[in-house]
Amino acid sequence: MLKNPENSPRFVVTQLNAWFSAHHVLRSVDMLIRDREVTAIIGPSGCGKSTFIRCLNRMHELVPGAKVAGSIQLDGEDIYQSDVDPVLLRRHVGMVFQKPNPFPTMTIRENVLSGLRLTGRLDRSTANSVVESALRRAALWDEVKDTLDKPGGSLSGGQQQRLCIARTLAVDPSVILMDEPCSALDPVATARIEDLLHTLKASYSIVIVTHSMQQASRVSDRTGFFLSGELIEFGDTDRIFTAPTDRRTEDYITGKFG
Amino acid sequence: MSEQRKHTDRAYEQDLETLRQRLLMMAARVEGMIENSIRALVERDSELAHRTILSDRVVNRMEIEIDEMCLLILAKRQPLASDLRFIAYSMKMVTDLERIGDLAANVCERAIALNKEPMVKPLVGISRAAEIAEAMIGQAIDAFVKRDVERAQAVLDRDNEMDAMYRDVFKEWLLLMEGDPAVVDRGIQVQSVAKYLERIADHATNLAEQVIFMVAGRDVRHHGKLTAPVE
Repeated sequence: MLKNPENSPRFVVTQLNAWFSAHHVLRSVDMLIRDREVTAIIGPSGCGKSTFIRCLNRMHELVPGAKVAGSIQLDGEDIYQSDVDPVLLRRHVGMVFQKPNPFPTMTIRENVLSGLRLTGRLDRSTANSVVESALRRAALWDEVKDTLDKPGGSLSGGQQQRLCIARTLAVDPSVILMDEPCSALDPVATARIEDLLHTLKASYSIVIVTHSMQQASRVSDRTGFFLSGELIEFGDTDRIFTAPTDRRTEDYITGKFG
Repeated sequence: MSEQRKHTDRAYEQDLETLRQRLLMMAARVEGMIENSIRALVERDSELAHRTILSDRVVNRMEIEIDEMCLLILAKRQPLASDLRFIAYSMKMVTDLERIGDLAANVCERAIALNKEPMVKPLVGISRAAEIAEAMIGQAIDAFVKRDVERAQAVLDRDNEMDAMYRDVFKEWLLLMEGDPAVVDRGIQVQSVAKYLERIADHATNLAEQVIFMVAGRDVRHHGKLTAPVE
C-alpha cells in the first residue's frame, strides 16, 4: 500500500536516459516524485543516482558531452522544452551538495542572499526578512542571528550545510534536491539535518541521494534503488527496507555480494 | 527454498551463522525434551522425568544468550530486509522454544505424579498427540533450516489435526472419570498432559508462521482475520 497516496505528483519521469559522451549512465528510468514527501535515492557508487537528480534540475547538461533523452515533467510541464530557462528552473528546483559550500569569505547574511542577488536588487527590509525567514526554515537562525556579519566559513560543518540549505530556501524553490548532504557531517549535525528534513517536507518535495541505508530508512517516504543506471525497485520506504521484492535490492541493502 | 548469498563483511556473516547455529542447538534441545517427557510418561520412567526437568535450565540459559546476541547484532549492524526479519524472527523463536521447554517440563511433572499410581489404561491418544506435536516442531525447525515456506505451511495445516486429537483425549478421559470416580485424579493429570501437547503444537505453529515471515516477508498470523470489525 502506498503511503500518502493523495500527495500529488511533482516530477513525472518517463523513459529517462542519460549519457556522458558514449557512456550510458541512466537507462529508461520511470519515476513519480510526489509533493510533500522525501524520496530517497540509493545505490552503489557509479549507479547513476547523482546523475539522476542532476537531470531533475538540468545540471547534468552542464558537463561537456552530457546528453539526456526521455521526458521529465515538473507540475505537468516538460523541463527539457526549448523555451524553459534552466537558470529559472534551478530556482524552482534547488540543490544542496555533499560538501557544505558556502562562500567562505562572504558574510552569513550575504551567503543567504547570494542566490537572490543574481536575479536583481533587493531593498534592505526585504533582504532582512528573507534572511531571517530562510535561516529560520533551515533551523539555523537561533545560532547565527547575532553574528550575521561574520564570514560563512567561520561556522561549523553542520552549520555551513544548514547555511547552504538556507541559501537554497531563500530563492523560494518548490523542490529541493540533496546530494549526500550529510556525508561530511558528524552524527549530531546529521541528526539536525534529518530533523530539518521532517519539517521541510511539510512545504517542499525533497529528493535525497544517500549512501546511508539507515538515513534513507529514517528520513524518506519512498525509496528508489539504482544499479548500473537502472531503477531496479521503487516503493514505500517501510517496505523496501523490510521486505524488498527484487533480489538485487535485497542483496544491496543487506550488504551481500554475488 | 532460496539459495543464500554471503555478506561482504565476513564478521557479520559469521555473527549471523553463529546465531543460526545457536538457534538450531536450542531447537534440538527442546525437541529432545519433548521426546523424553513423553517417554517418561509412557514408559513410567520418573528418573528420566527428573533429568528432563533439570535440562530445562540449559534451555533457559540459551534463551538469554541468544537474546543478547540478537541485541548486539541490532546495535552493531543495524540489519535490514531479510537480515532484519531473521533477527526479529530469532528473538521470537527463542521465546517459543523456551515456552515449549517449560511445557515439556510440565509434562514431566505430571508423569512423575502419574507414575506413583497404577496405570488406568495405555496412553494411546496421548502418544499419538505427542507424535503430532513432535512432528510439527521438527517440521517447523526443518522449514527454518531450509528456508522452506511450503514446509512451514504444512505445519500450519496440521494444527487442526492436533486440536481434534486434544478434544478426543479430553472427551475419552472425561467419560472414564464419569464412570469411575477413583480415576479422577489421574484423569485430570492426563488431560493436563494433552493440553500441554496442544500448546506445544500452538508454539510450533508460531514458529512456522515466523518462518514464512522471515523467508517471504509475509505475515500469516491470525489467518488474515484482523480486518474483522472489533466489537
